[in-house]
Amino acid sequence: MALLDRSRNLLLTELLSGMALTFRYMFRPKVTINYPHEKGALSPRFRGEHALRRYPNGEERCIACKLCEAICPALAITIEAEPREDGSRRTTRYDIDMTKCIYCGFCQEACPVDAIVEGPNFEFSTETREELLYDKRKLLENGDRWEAQLAANLELDAPYR
Amino acid sequence: MPKVTIDGREIEVPAGITVIQACEIAGVEIPRFCYHERLSVAGNCRMCLVEMEVPKSPKPIASCAMPVADKMVIRTDTEAVQKARRGVMEFLLINHPLDCPICDQGGECDLQDQAMAYGFDRSRFRENKRAVPEKYLGPLVKTHMTRCIHCTRCVRFATEVAGVEELGAVYRGEQMEITSYIERALTSELSGNIIDLCPVGALTSKPYAFIARPWELEKTDSIDVHDAVGANIRVDTRGREVLRVLPRVNEEVNEEWLADKSRFAYDGLKRQRLDRCFIRVNGRLTSATWAQAFEAIAQRLSGVAPTRIAAIAGDLVDAEAMYALKGMMTALGSPHMDCRQDGAALDPSVRASYLFNTTIAGIEQADACLLIGTNPRREAPLINARLRKRWLTGSLRVGSVGPELDLTFPVEPLGVGPDTLLQIAAGGHAFASVLSQAKRPMLILGQGALARPDGSAVLKLARDIAERCGLVKPEEGWNGFNVLHTAAARVGGLDLGFVPGPGGLDTAGIIAGAERGEIDAVYLLGADELPTDRLGNAFVIYQGHHGDAGAHRADVILPGAAYTEKDGTYLNTEGRVQRGVAAVFPLGEAREDWTILRALCERLGHRLPYDSIGQLRAALQAEHPHFAELDEIVPADWGSFGREGPLDPAPFRSPIENYYMTDAISRASETMAKCTEVYVLGSQQRTGTHG
Repeated sequence: MALLDRSRNLLLTELLSGMALTFRYMFRPKVTINYPHEKGALSPRFRGEHALRRYPNGEERCIACKLCEAICPALAITIEAEPREDGSRRTTRYDIDMTKCIYCGFCQEACPVDAIVEGPNFEFSTETREELLYDKRKLLENGDRWEAQLAANLELDAPYR
Repeated sequence: MPKVTIDGREIEVPAGITVIQACEIAGVEIPRFCYHERLSVAGNCRMCLVEMEVPKSPKPIASCAMPVADKMVIRTDTEAVQKARRGVMEFLLINHPLDCPICDQGGECDLQDQAMAYGFDRSRFRENKRAVPEKYLGPLVKTHMTRCIHCTRCVRFATEVAGVEELGAVYRGEQMEITSYIERALTSELSGNIIDLCPVGALTSKPYAFIARPWELEKTDSIDVHDAVGANIRVDTRGREVLRVLPRVNEEVNEEWLADKSRFAYDGLKRQRLDRCFIRVNGRLTSATWAQAFEAIAQRLSGVAPTRIAAIAGDLVDAEAMYALKGMMTALGSPHMDCRQDGAALDPSVRASYLFNTTIAGIEQADACLLIGTNPRREAPLINARLRKRWLTGSLRVGSVGPELDLTFPVEPLGVGPDTLLQIAAGGHAFASVLSQAKRPMLILGQGALARPDGSAVLKLARDIAERCGLVKPEEGWNGFNVLHTAAARVGGLDLGFVPGPGGLDTAGIIAGAERGEIDAVYLLGADELPTDRLGNAFVIYQGHHGDAGAHRADVILPGAAYTEKDGTYLNTEGRVQRGVAAVFPLGEAREDWTILRALCERLGHRLPYDSIGQLRAALQAEHPHFAELDEIVPADWGSFGREGPLDPAPFRSPIENYYMTDAISRASETMAKCTEVYVLGSQQRTGTHG
């Protein structure tokens, strides 16, 4: 047994088998991608940056039911509401503290009108902390920017709900 | 007492109750929508179906409408009962819009809860739901009649408790609608209660619309101060804001109702508030720090003879603040203080002479009532509701000396002024014999009859009537002599002796003295109902929470706390000691009132012997032991009070012209302003040309 060990050390078989593995991988397709020029595939269920969606006629979806605020385990959402001029129930304030958010997705699960969603965007890092305190304007802008993809993702996920 | 078996458990229940009440005694929960223990039985929602085995009933019975009988066997846990409930719930939800996310009732909705507990888990209804147009019920109640399930609780409340037959149902079957028939605001001071009664979101609060969800609110049990009833309330807050006020159950005081001013005037707490000190410099009020304000007071008061300083306490003040101010005035050596800012001739020496001795719950035993110079519907709507409750049993006769009244039940107009009282006191009047023959007669003496120059003569007359007509029966434990106050602070002030000391001036004397220049400084503790323009050149210190009449005249303003912001003791018109609890912090630099007085007194060179509210209360209770009897009524002994004197034949007037604006808080409230426009100005000014 000792003799076998000694011959293995002497002949560098372990080193050679390691080198062989490295050599084999040189001819395989690469798994790394050239981020940010290339990006990996995302599931339609990916939970990234939040957005508030609108109906196709431009009316905001959110009805200020506050279920997302209630379910948020990180207490990241703050909502204030009052009757809008036409008497409908709307938010006057919809803030998400993205530094508190844990991206659990409960808010979009709770939403009865698919207003608050977590979109595919994960590239929203900022230079200051304050920029991560999202208000209603910012969230609606996100919704407008990502609407096509948000709607497509919701549709893809719909059969499983 | 009948014995009934509920779910296999035999219990004995009082005769005459219904099955649903028996189930409640047995601790079995029965779902219900239309049944309410304080309203008549309607039996139209069918949610409370149970099975009756003995006597055998082929169909499930509506437990709210079935009286219990001996040897009855009830089952509430069978398959059939569950199926019946599921079926009823499915029918109720056929036309219910399921818009819980935008409904203000969401989270505290009976239909939501019971659908979760007893309902079917999906809908089989594929047809169109019906829609019903909104109704206008005034500035307080918001309607969304599509959500209505026709339990008729609101209709029964309006008809039975509030006494205004303005709500009803029109059409039948699917077309049925609850409506006020014509587009008109509900003319009741208790209309807010239909919001609490509505088991769904058909009737919700207009000022609170979409503001908050019940799970966001912090709830604090407190006491109302807008009238002298001392209704038990729950203050719902979020952060530093009071978002709504709801009643709490107290059978002795407010049952489970609350008057509209108490319920909706809370938005006045956000407007016109004093949040920092002010000092008048060259005729203009400029903001100042506490130290500067105290310095200004100390400078102005130094060298002023104590007998030239006076203090008046207002209507919303807690007993602790009055006790501290009394301590300060005594330390300074001034006897001039008064808590009766309307000048009512209340006699502080005999406690029975200024209490509602019968007690509010005691009204339910009375069989004759004489109202003197009072309009209970405006002065204390909850007491009026008790009178109506007693009248509904058919055994109360009410007569009134004073203004013309619409109390929602018939009142015999006996006269308008003291002349009629003289007749009754002499026994020559027909109502005198009504009172004498009654087993439990009572009279209610209003502030309108006492706050007049001949007030103490009227008080004497009322005492004569009480004694001659047998209203006071100590041997039976009955005292039918009642004074109805309009101010939450009044009984507390009288009880702790915030009244002129030996040689002291009362309110009228203080004002006259200030006008003549005999009083140099006046301390107004939340006193706004005064002719403040008649205070002459006196140095006026105003301590309070609203920029109202008192603050406008003040030379120094010290910001105090409103009733939702301080722990305070209030004695209601019965003399019941109740404690309010702070729900939020005082605004800005404002402080709890007793702490301001404690600090100011120290600055003036006298130390009050307490450093915490506990010590203050201990001192107060040592001096006046009944302040320790929380939520109890200490019966007062009858005595001799009132003074004979010349009577003014002028008719009595209720002190409250506009129910919706009686104090600094309600005057600052936007909701109350809307109510004033609709109920008070609307009925007076609108003519045919208003369109």
